Amino acid sequence: MENKQVKKVNPVVGFFRKYFAQFIAIALMFLVLGIFTSTFLKYKNLMTVFRQICVNGLLAAGITCVLIVGCIDLSIGSTCAVSGCLVVVLNSLWGVNVWLSIILATLAGGVFGFINGFVRSKTMLPPFIITLAMQQTIRGFAYIFTNGYPIQSIDKTFNGLGNGDFLHIPKPFYVLVVCLVIVALILGRTKLGRHMYAVGGNMEAAKHSGISYTKTVTAAYTICGLLAGLSGVIIASRMYSGQPTIGLEYGTDAIASAVIGGTAFGGGYGTVFGTFLGAFIIGVMYNGMNHLAINAYWQMIIKGLLILGAVLFDSVKGKLKIGKKKKAA
Amino acid sequence: MSNETVLRMANIDKRFGGVHALDHVTFEVRKGEVHVLMGENGAGKSTLMKILDGLYEADEGEIYLDGEKVNIKSPVEAKALGVAMIHQELSMCANMTVAENIFRGEEPTNKFGLVDFKTMNKNAQKILDDMGMALNARSQVRDLSIAEQQMVEIAGAVSRNAKVVIMDEPTSSLTEKEIKELFVIVNDLKAKDVGIIYISHRMNETFEIGDRITVLRDGGYVATCDVAGLTEDDIIEMMVGRSIGEVYAGERAEGGEVVLDVQHVSNEKLKDCSFQLRKGEILGFSGLVGAGRTELMRAIFALDKIDSGEITLFGKKVHFKNPQQAIDAGIGMVPEDRRGCGLVLGHSVGTNLTITVLKKFIKGIRVDKKKENAIIDEYWQKLSIKTTGPQQICGDLSGGNQQKVVISKWLAAEPRILIMDEPTRGIDVGAKHEIYQLMRQLAKEGVSIIFVSSDLPEIINMSSRVVVMHEGEISAILDGATEEFTQQKIMRFATTTGGGVQ
Repeated sequence: MENKQVKKVNPVVGFFRKYFAQFIAIALMFLVLGIFTSTFLKYKNLMTVFRQICVNGLLAAGITCVLIVGCIDLSIGSTCAVSGCLVVVLNSLWGVNVWLSIILATLAGGVFGFINGFVRSKTMLPPFIITLAMQQTIRGFAYIFTNGYPIQSIDKTFNGLGNGDFLHIPKPFYVLVVCLVIVALILGRTKLGRHMYAVGGNMEAAKHSGISYTKTVTAAYTICGLLAGLSGVIIASRMYSGQPTIGLEYGTDAIASAVIGGTAFGGGYGTVFGTFLGAFIIGVMYNGMNHLAINAYWQMIIKGLLILGAVLFDSVKGKLKIGKKKKAA
Repeated sequence: MSNETVLRMANIDKRFGGVHALDHVTFEVRKGEVHVLMGENGAGKSTLMKILDGLYEADEGEIYLDGEKVNIKSPVEAKALGVAMIHQELSMCANMTVAENIFRGEEPTNKFGLVDFKTMNKNAQKILDDMGMALNARSQVRDLSIAEQQMVEIAGAVSRNAKVVIMDEPTSSLTEKEIKELFVIVNDLKAKDVGIIYISHRMNETFEIGDRITVLRDGGYVATCDVAGLTEDDIIEMMVGRSIGEVYAGERAEGGEVVLDVQHVSNEKLKDCSFQLRKGEILGFSGLVGAGRTELMRAIFALDKIDSGEITLFGKKVHFKNPQQAIDAGIGMVPEDRRGCGLVLGHSVGTNLTITVLKKFIKGIRVDKKKENAIIDEYWQKLSIKTTGPQQICGDLSGGNQQKVVISKWLAAEPRILIMDEPTRGIDVGAKHEIYQLMRQLAKEGVSIIFVSSDLPEIINMSSRVVVMHEGEISAILDGATEEFTQQKIMRFATTTGGGVQ
């Protein structure tokens, strides 16, 4: 151990090694779907996949932040519903400008995220419980806005956002890319990002190093809430309406994407790019299962098992790391 | 004590990857003796005991119990053969009764195959009474003190007719009185012809209770001797391979003007604490576990609240709301629990080194990679941390190297006052020596060091002045320039408020 040379890993090689499992999974799926279906590899279908992963990708990026600080957020599905309803109520019912409506709806998501984070850091209750309770609470607001009924969106500009293309690529995909880049910059290149990893890696050590737990965790939840709000807006646009009941399964898909992308459940690790790959894998899988004509009920079973598998993978990876540590000691 | 050998581990050899953990070690225990196993961390004591307990398998070598060759593959087999390990971290079910714990896995059953609680409680009580332990077999383990829990573990071992009992640092969390009680029980075990392997870092216990001692160093066997006739320095020299004077080499640091003035600080755990820290001095803090030293440091560093009192830093009154403000004002703190509070174990050395100085190279989203690497390189090398590189994960480093990372991380923050809480606990003498040298160097450069330690020799040898605490109060401040520090003097103040003389 003493005089070992500093090992230099080529960054490109390191990059591929890091996401090796994800790349293999994507390649395999493309291979199988390319062989067994005639429709999957068509340009139009691939653009559909891109459109479908936008919402999940945004939510998963938010969840990644929350997981990195060692917490979890089960309330994002409800946040989507509230923001989706709010944007339509503001825009179609009250005639508020489209862009202002979108901004306000997104900010509303941020407020819920802020509350989650603030309650967590001030009470230190388990995040699972806090956000489970918030899931109900937030959903209640969605019903209040809409009286429990879906509200139709009548604004063409708004409806075009989720369903239209720009340069033959779905418009929401641009939103996704911009947001992912921003989150990636926050995580990788700002003090806040480093603080988030440190807090998730070891809360006590972070506190001893002068890092504010409250600020860091609240920031992570707020980012998650903002992205959930924006996702809700995109969902509403795609559905031409604000639906107070949507979003139950969005949370699970987002958590699954983050974990498949290598984000640790215990906190301290995770990247936006990995999460994007995770969301892509899930998107391709859902789309592919439809092309393979797999029954929707079976799809649910497969989705559930996939999450279990990803978490198992995460825990096995952790054990391998500990095994290595023992050897070195 | 008879001269009959109960356990013989012959030529035990064990490698972990490239590390030679045990190099053909031979170790013998006689019936009815307390055999102290000593050595620095990493000397191979734990590995040897884990092989005996069946947790590890030796690469080479044999184990004989009562002259018969045995093959121990698991702790369960070890137990069945009469080898009982009393763990440092107790392995009891706190929600169960004493009797249930003693007979865990071997509960007596009645004719229906159900647990026979009556017999179990009766038998357990008999074992406890026989051992002279004033415990009720029906009480819940969670209601017992650590010492009492330890006694229950020992009782469990005895109930299985253990031939060899391994005690791994049994006194580490006991009070003086509890240690005395433990020793009475150890003597009982001796009288029952049980061979006891006793692992401890505390010299005085070795002399009080040990019959023979075996010293290991770097995985190799050094010597086995009778304890009678040995001196403390002899043992240290065997453990370290060099004389103790070299370890503390250097001159006593002398303080300049007052940089930190703590006046009448009180909170839940502290009572009216006042002391002054001078520029360039090493101010030792001594006292028993729980005397409030760590709590005082936490209060200064704004990790805990201060109810009343004043802190003046560099001539200005300060009221820190959080550690960040303390850091900005020039205070650094190497915490007591380096794994729990000092490091993000899963992250790399580099990431850990820079966590307190991010603002030096991150502006918004602009990361000055060159500067970041320069900082990492400088502080990574300053303390010669043994790693494969700054990318190595901290959790994979040895204790001494982890501690060096924690210290380096604080050096990177360039503090003018550095609080070091038990900086040398659990690390080997080589690393200790390096840390002592660094402390002297820092003091010379004008950094004021608060040095909290439970190890009296290092307090005596390193400190300019010594603050002694007792039950949340400062009981004495001794000045090395005007008086000689002795263990007796410090202990007297550590055990009684005021110590009789002020």
